[in-house]
Amino acid sequence: MPEPASGTATPSLHTVKSFGDQPVWKAGDAIRISVRYPIAHYRVPRYIRGKRGLVEMVIARALVNNEEEGFGRNAGQLGYYYRVAIPLQELWPDYVGSPNDNLRIEVFETWLEKN
Amino acid sequence: MDAHDHHHDHTATAAPQTEAPPGYYETMETALRELLVEKKLIGAGEIRRQIEVLDSRTPALGAKVVARAWVDPDFRRRLLANGRTACEQDFGISFYDDTELIVLENTEKVHNLVVCTLCSCYPRPVLGLPPDWYKQKAYRARAVRDPRAVLAEFGTIIPDDVEIRVSDSTAVVRFLVLPRRPEGTENFSEEELTALVTRDSMIGVVPVQLQTGILS
Repeated sequence: MPEPASGTATPSLHTVKSFGDQPVWKAGDAIRISVRYPIAHYRVPRYIRGKRGLVEMVIARALVNNEEEGFGRNAGQLGYYYRVAIPLQELWPDYVGSPNDNLRIEVFETWLEKN
Repeated sequence: MDAHDHHHDHTATAAPQTEAPPGYYETMETALRELLVEKKLIGAGEIRRQIEVLDSRTPALGAKVVARAWVDPDFRRRLLANGRTACEQDFGISFYDDTELIVLENTEKVHNLVVCTLCSCYPRPVLGLPPDWYKQKAYRARAVRDPRAVLAEFGTIIPDDVEIRVSDSTAVVRFLVLPRRPEGTENFSEEELTALVTRDSMIGVVPVQLQTGILS
């Protein structure tokens, strides 16, 4: 099989995607936010941990896992953020506003679990 | 001790003190900045340039984006599909902080409110620096806990059959609210519409209103 000319894109039907290339979740998936308290830099406020919600959308761009990035580990750590919807009544059982009121928040892949 | 019976020297404090001594974080910032410059990791010119970039961003940019979305359905569609790309392509607004922008459309049935509970994430490329109240803990905590009460304190009463969506910016996405176009503005030009759009309406704490004119 001839070598492809360098610099030209060669379409391939059989590429294997690495972990992190494809989003794990899709819109409509029922999820739960992980309950863990690691020592690291991450962007998951405490008030959503353990709460249940739905994935609204995948944030388009795969990004490094900043929990690992905080320790200087970037390679092979790409993953997706998801915009997640959580009812305010799920967050605050005594919430008195409309039952339709809800939170939208972006959460990194490693913090989502199947509900 | 009698209040009038003190003998310390007043001359030391009589000289005008224009500045308080720098605080802990101010000193730390200065030290870090000087170290970075000394080690040639960044230059003084880069710092000045970045401040100029920040200063060039104001709510006037966001207002132009909103007014365009009101008059141009194609732009509105692209803005809602990808806020960052639409702002870059049509207004040349650069996203120097490499954030994404999701534009949240207010409708008859949905009212959007933006907060950053962890710190003060804000769509700076299109709105500039956030207002002080946006950074205060009271707003950050209460916006997700009791948004209707917070809105009421801004004078905004949302009917119960309207869904409130609070977007908490935590990571790479920033949010800009696309407020509803006020009634009675059908004949307004894009420029006139731009003048109606306030910063707070793009955070979602107030609607856009025609100037009601207290004096008129």
